[in-house]
Amino acid sequence: MRKIHLQPCGNFRERYDQELTVFSTDFGRLWAGIGLLILFTLIPLLTSPYMMYIFNMIGIAAIAAIGLNILIGFTGQISLGHGAFFGVGAYAGAIFATVLHLPMFLSVPAAGLVTAGVGMIFGIPSGRLKGLYLTIATLAGQFIIEYLLIHWETLTQGTMGITLPPVRLMGLPVTGDTGFFYIIFIALSGAVWIAINLMRTRCGRAFIAIRDNDRAAEGMGIPIFPYKLLSFGISSFYAGFAGALWAFYMGSITAEPFNLGLSIEYIAMVIIGGMGSISGSIFGAVFITLLNESLRFMTEMLMNTGMVTQSGLNVAPLREFVFGLAIVLFILLEPRGLAEVWRITRSSFRLWPFSY
Amino acid sequence: MDAILLQLNNISVVYSDVIQVLKGVSLAVEKNHIVSLLGSNGAGKTTTLKAVSGLLKPENGRVTDGTILYRDSEIQNRAPETITRHGIIQVLEGRQPFKYLTIEENLRVGTATRWGKPYREDLEKVYHYFPALEKRRRGLAGYCSGGELQMLVMGRALMAHPELLLLDEPSLGLAPLVVLEIFRIIRRINEEEGTTIILVEQNARMALQIAHYGYVMENGKIVMEGTADSLRENPDIREFYLGMSAAGAAKSYTDVKSYRRRKRWL
Amino acid sequence: MDFFLQLLVGGLSVGFLYGLSAMGFVMIFKSSSILNFAHGELLAIGAYFFLALATWAKLPIPFAFLLALGGCFVLGLLVERIFLRPLIGEPLIFVIMLTVGLAAMFKGLILLIWGGNLYTYPEFLPKILEIRWGLIRIPPVYGAALIIGALFLLLFGLFFKFSSQGIYMRSVADNQRAALSLGVNVKRVFALSWAIAALVAGMSGIVLGIINGVNVHNLSAIGLKVFPVVILGGLDSIGGAIIGGIIIGLLETFTGGYISPSLRDVVPYIVLVLILLIKPYGLFGLKEIERV
Repeated sequence: MRKIHLQPCGNFRERYDQELTVFSTDFGRLWAGIGLLILFTLIPLLTSPYMMYIFNMIGIAAIAAIGLNILIGFTGQISLGHGAFFGVGAYAGAIFATVLHLPMFLSVPAAGLVTAGVGMIFGIPSGRLKGLYLTIATLAGQFIIEYLLIHWETLTQGTMGITLPPVRLMGLPVTGDTGFFYIIFIALSGAVWIAINLMRTRCGRAFIAIRDNDRAAEGMGIPIFPYKLLSFGISSFYAGFAGALWAFYMGSITAEPFNLGLSIEYIAMVIIGGMGSISGSIFGAVFITLLNESLRFMTEMLMNTGMVTQSGLNVAPLREFVFGLAIVLFILLEPRGLAEVWRITRSSFRLWPFSY
Repeated sequence: MDAILLQLNNISVVYSDVIQVLKGVSLAVEKNHIVSLLGSNGAGKTTTLKAVSGLLKPENGRVTDGTILYRDSEIQNRAPETITRHGIIQVLEGRQPFKYLTIEENLRVGTATRWGKPYREDLEKVYHYFPALEKRRRGLAGYCSGGELQMLVMGRALMAHPELLLLDEPSLGLAPLVVLEIFRIIRRINEEEGTTIILVEQNARMALQIAHYGYVMENGKIVMEGTADSLRENPDIREFYLGMSAAGAAKSYTDVKSYRRRKRWL
Repeated sequence: MDFFLQLLVGGLSVGFLYGLSAMGFVMIFKSSSILNFAHGELLAIGAYFFLALATWAKLPIPFAFLLALGGCFVLGLLVERIFLRPLIGEPLIFVIMLTVGLAAMFKGLILLIWGGNLYTYPEFLPKILEIRWGLIRIPPVYGAALIIGALFLLLFGLFFKFSSQGIYMRSVADNQRAALSLGVNVKRVFALSWAIAALVAGMSGIVLGIINGVNVHNLSAIGLKVFPVVILGGLDSIGGAIIGGIIIGLLETFTGGYISPSLRDVVPYIVLVLILLIKPYGLFGLKEIERV
């Protein structure tokens, strides 16, 4: 029988592959398994439809945020166009489903691939541009895509939007929030698994090398431009995949939500969750989605009690203000995000009562 | 004897809270003297200068122990803005001009410590020391030659009316004749302006010719000190820094005795 | 032909305003290499300060104008002191993201206080500034904008070229370590550059508000349009910003007039991508003097 790995009291690693393991202890593996089990069995049974809706929004946001984190946190390329890529995925999924009548399990990955292609087109400037200039180029990408989504009417039906057919998976209709819950969270588990393992490969190490110092990476023989493009591609694939899932979940889409605000929301997820941390992206998605929902809840409550009657329009600005505040506070106080907070909490529990 | 202008008492410097670079350095600089600081790369010469001028701070370094006394007041770990106002100006290693400013604008940045006071006379003085600069006063500093740049950065420091000038390797990468010129000017500045100078140099022979006093650093410690004349005559210095063995013949690396003697230093 | 002239004049004046708005942005970039995504919000804050002082507090116009600019100056100082100074030495991405966060914060705040409605200033400009030439009529505000803008450009040009503080600011942009070694107060330079940038932004915001009315959505959209402008002109050239602004302004009005009004707002960004691909450092950007 294999020896059980427990948390050692120091760093006893002797080979590089020991550094690269996903689970350093068997308990970690066990907890991950238990977590997944609870996620897929207990939660759908115990929660209300509204909670299921929130879970689903978190799952979709987390997939897209992981994609953006691969680009920002691991490759060091700031993108302000992630919201638009999400939109491209949503539209591509909708068009595949309505025009080509593809089933969902084909049209969602296909939408991811289309978005990856689009993302790589906007990644081309990264061959010549660095840092600030690239950020501006992706900002331009955001506006151009937004424009196309509204004005390329033969393809996107303009401001009318597209209504998607009801989803059938393997002959069975997928209905309600619970059905989607399984699809979304299986996809999320896959996305996390792929992302974590991607970072353990040659490709992931190349990304990190480019992030830390692209000149030096080039000197080490890493072809920068293909890897940057690849990073844009992977990141956009995640965004497109999430976007298509969202389109199917919502049932109908318009171009309106895919604006700069959405891009900033994703960046906020990455920063608040923690750059360069896969679990951080999930934390960020949870945080932002809950923030959104609780702000909505609060303003609704205030309106019901009659404290603010005319301020129905004031939800958006308050949300925007709190978003900005959250980003600013996290950057100033905990630049490594919630993932770092989580790590500190966990290790202080582990070391209790002898933590220093 | 003249008064002591600057005194370092047993200072330690630590970068990023972990890397200890200086381990108890003490030295004293007399007024109107040129003191040269010799030693191999990584011995801690530049760090010593930065500890005095306050430039450790932006590099996450700190004086953790000991005191630096300048005119009998403690200045360790002060901000560079404050220290420069006391008349201590460091000329950085490797000539760092403001590339997109003209020569004259570069020189005017030197007046930052006494912002708002007239500077015309000082410009004339700098041009008097470095006539080469006057010819190019309207040219961009980015296009100057190495020798001109060295003159520029020294002139820029002179604009600040320094009482204590910290020169970090002024001869770095310059042709021998230009080095000679630079050192002659350093000497003149010391004599005519009465500026006290700490000179960090690899070119030990040159440095000991113009200095009054010298310190030798190894591994973050002062290993030897003395007047320039006595250092020049010291057999160890002659061998390790001036490249002459006792007999005056070229030094042999296989000389075991020399290795032992060298070991004793470290 | 008249239509063409109308567009030409309109494009020139809009473009000049873009250039004016971009000036403050370039100033921050020059001194501290920070891309300020909150620039549009700074414009808006200037416009709303003036609005509050001129219409609600009913101060005399010149006094309100100066006071609003003073407010912007102080705001710039505060922003630098509270939000940016703790980040000195941190990676650039944090600083940029911080300005993104600030933009969202300011925008939310303005919306909370003033809402999303369109406000207008009272009519106060003298009619002498109005230019009539055949069918073309240039409203007085463009004349005023031209005068104010040229004045500011001249003032800042002189300030950076000849004044000691201006030279210190340029020296910090050039080589921060060397500036520090000579006793330049780098923190003061950063604070001052934010303050001046906020002042210039506030001024352009007020002018834009006089022309289009004051609305936070419009003004922050113009803040984003600063990017194509400065990329075209080169991120670090103030004169380039004005020329870039004029080019973008002309491009916009002509596309709007001849091709399609809806394309108008995207054209700057399409041009931006093309420029970045062809001439990454803009038309007037400084070439790096690289010496080893």
